[in-house]
Amino acid sequence: MFIVFLGILFFISYFHISNLVLDVYGRRSFKRYHFENSIRVIVFIAPAFIVLFIFILYPVFETVRLSFYDKFGREFVGLYNYKWAIGDPEFRRSILNNFVWLLVVPTLSTFFGLVIAKLADNIWWGSIAKSIIFMPMAISFVGAGVIWKFIYEYRGPGDTQIGLLNAIIVSFGYEPQAWITIPFWNNFFLMAIMIWIQTGLALVIFSAALRSIPKEMLEAARIDGASELKIFFSIIIPYLEQTILVIWTLITIIVLRIFDIIFAMTNGEWQTGVLANLMYDWMFRGGGDSGRGSVLAIVIMIGVIPILAWNLYKHRQEQKI
Amino acid sequence: MMKKISLSSILSQLLLLFFVIIWIIPTFGLFISSLRDKDLLSISGWWTSLTTTEINEIYRMPGMSAQIEEDGYFKIKGKLFEENSGKKLERFGITSKKINEFNVSEVAVFKDESEVTIDEDGNYEWRSKKAFKKKKGKRLFTTSLNPPSFTFENYKEVLFKEGIGRAFVNTMAVALPSTLIPLIICSFFAYSLTWMKFFGRDTLLAIIIASLVVPLQMSLIPILTIYNDFGALFGVAAKSYPGVWMAHTGFGLASTTFLLRNFLKSLPNEMMEAAKVDGASHYDIFLRIIIPLSIPAFASIFILQFLWCWNDLLVGLVFLDQVPSEIILTAKLKELLGSRGENWEILTTGAFVSMTVPLFIFFALQRYFIRGLVAGSVKG
Repeated sequence: MFIVFLGILFFISYFHISNLVLDVYGRRSFKRYHFENSIRVIVFIAPAFIVLFIFILYPVFETVRLSFYDKFGREFVGLYNYKWAIGDPEFRRSILNNFVWLLVVPTLSTFFGLVIAKLADNIWWGSIAKSIIFMPMAISFVGAGVIWKFIYEYRGPGDTQIGLLNAIIVSFGYEPQAWITIPFWNNFFLMAIMIWIQTGLALVIFSAALRSIPKEMLEAARIDGASELKIFFSIIIPYLEQTILVIWTLITIIVLRIFDIIFAMTNGEWQTGVLANLMYDWMFRGGGDSGRGSVLAIVIMIGVIPILAWNLYKHRQEQKI
Repeated sequence: MMKKISLSSILSQLLLLFFVIIWIIPTFGLFISSLRDKDLLSISGWWTSLTTTEINEIYRMPGMSAQIEEDGYFKIKGKLFEENSGKKLERFGITSKKINEFNVSEVAVFKDESEVTIDEDGNYEWRSKKAFKKKKGKRLFTTSLNPPSFTFENYKEVLFKEGIGRAFVNTMAVALPSTLIPLIICSFFAYSLTWMKFFGRDTLLAIIIASLVVPLQMSLIPILTIYNDFGALFGVAAKSYPGVWMAHTGFGLASTTFLLRNFLKSLPNEMMEAAKVDGASHYDIFLRIIIPLSIPAFASIFILQFLWCWNDLLVGLVFLDQVPSEIILTAKLKELLGSRGENWEILTTGAFVSMTVPLFIFFALQRYFIRGLVAGSVKG
């Protein structure tokens, strides 16, 4: 525990001492004032920039480089790792699964988030309802995994089912199922967990956005006799288009690197593996293969590049104003 | 017209209630299960524990050493149920083929002509004319009504025997510095990006915005290599707490800086100018003006980053050794899922322990949490 305080203290004292020295130095003469200012910029930026460089910038280039090298990162092998990936059935399975995840989770989370935000708007117990639906956001993916594994728990046909889902199925007279081992469909049972978590994110952002819709517009529509459903589809959804897009991309980024849920629930078995799991696997499988691991990381990266470009473009536009 | 509106309002409230129930049930089930007796947990669904239920149990009476002589009989007396368990006996049997043969207070006769009676509270009396000669007593099959009962036994076991308690401390030792360090260095970084003029500022800002979406996976392999080389070079362990702090700092840096900069940009420029005219240095401004004004923003970012670090699995797996002194809660839970997959009392309780801190933060500081999320997403 002592080391924890030491670590934090180190950074505080770095800023404090270096700045005090500069303060004393800079007050002596006007000439030194400008010099002091440029030094101070460096003092302010240096730690964050060094961390950014070591943990983000350098690794991005290094990962690209490693993807063209052998498993130890020593010999140049050209496109060998990429060719391996294309021919590897596990890789194809992961890409397909990732794709299904990307199609289903952001869409449904955004949809549920919007619907619930609208339902909970202007109801006296709406904020309690929102709290409850938002709560899974605070829970770890692994914790959520345990929660849902308990729901999907399977016992043989004659035994008492302790998993909720099977208990319901059995009470309707059907056979119990080992849900997370049924290929292809098990993906959807894992996705349900992610939707359960991410709907809360969409919900709180939509709740804030709903309040920004001009009241007069809704009133006018009501007076004209539009039904609530009509208002929802013809006014609210078009008005929130931008927000919907933002939330959808936000969840897409999170889903693209999804790892914990699958790692905890199935460890990629029964054909549930996704890219991040396969990558983790290759980081350690057979002593670790940095070439193949890097290729998989790059494939995930390619997925976010359109979003990255779009963000930069928007940032550029804002700077101009 | 009025009636139509109220009907649709009732329908939408019902729909909302439906969503709320679906969303709360999984967590609720976990919580209830963590408080149940571990033997009951594995044979009945958690929902049965909320109401009085019928259960079948087998009890073996003690043998000859427990007998006493009374009224010309040899007797063995005892209690089927634990004190204060609240159980009520319904029926019982003396063979496994007919477990419901006798009513409460009926006399059951064994083959050796010994008799047994049991009352509703589970007090039994087994008597025989001849002395009991066997070391083990006979079995009783009971059907009893079980009122809802909850216990903290699972928590005791999980915290002290299964190593979850230790993992909890480890997670705290990872998450706290991993939240405070980026907060400290990013506040200076964000300040200089907003209020200082220097060459390359716009480029740096663009890099931050690009880094926001770069997946963690891009950094794992090179950084693990750096850590291993560093460890070999200086003869220290490659995986350690400071290493994890810096990794979390690195991965959280872009978003922390971005959120802080957005906040700082909204502060009035005149205030800084006035302070500068008065001869305040940037550090003075930072300490005296920026920090007090930024407390709400700091709170939001602190919560976001803290929850991220607390709930993280991947970074903890890759940059820490999976040994008791370093393993974090999420990794420990995952390990238990593999090794104790059938012991639901350990899994449910462990999961709930891991959720205590996030849930506390969630309920106590929800406002800041939401504010941080909304601020981060509207632009990101």
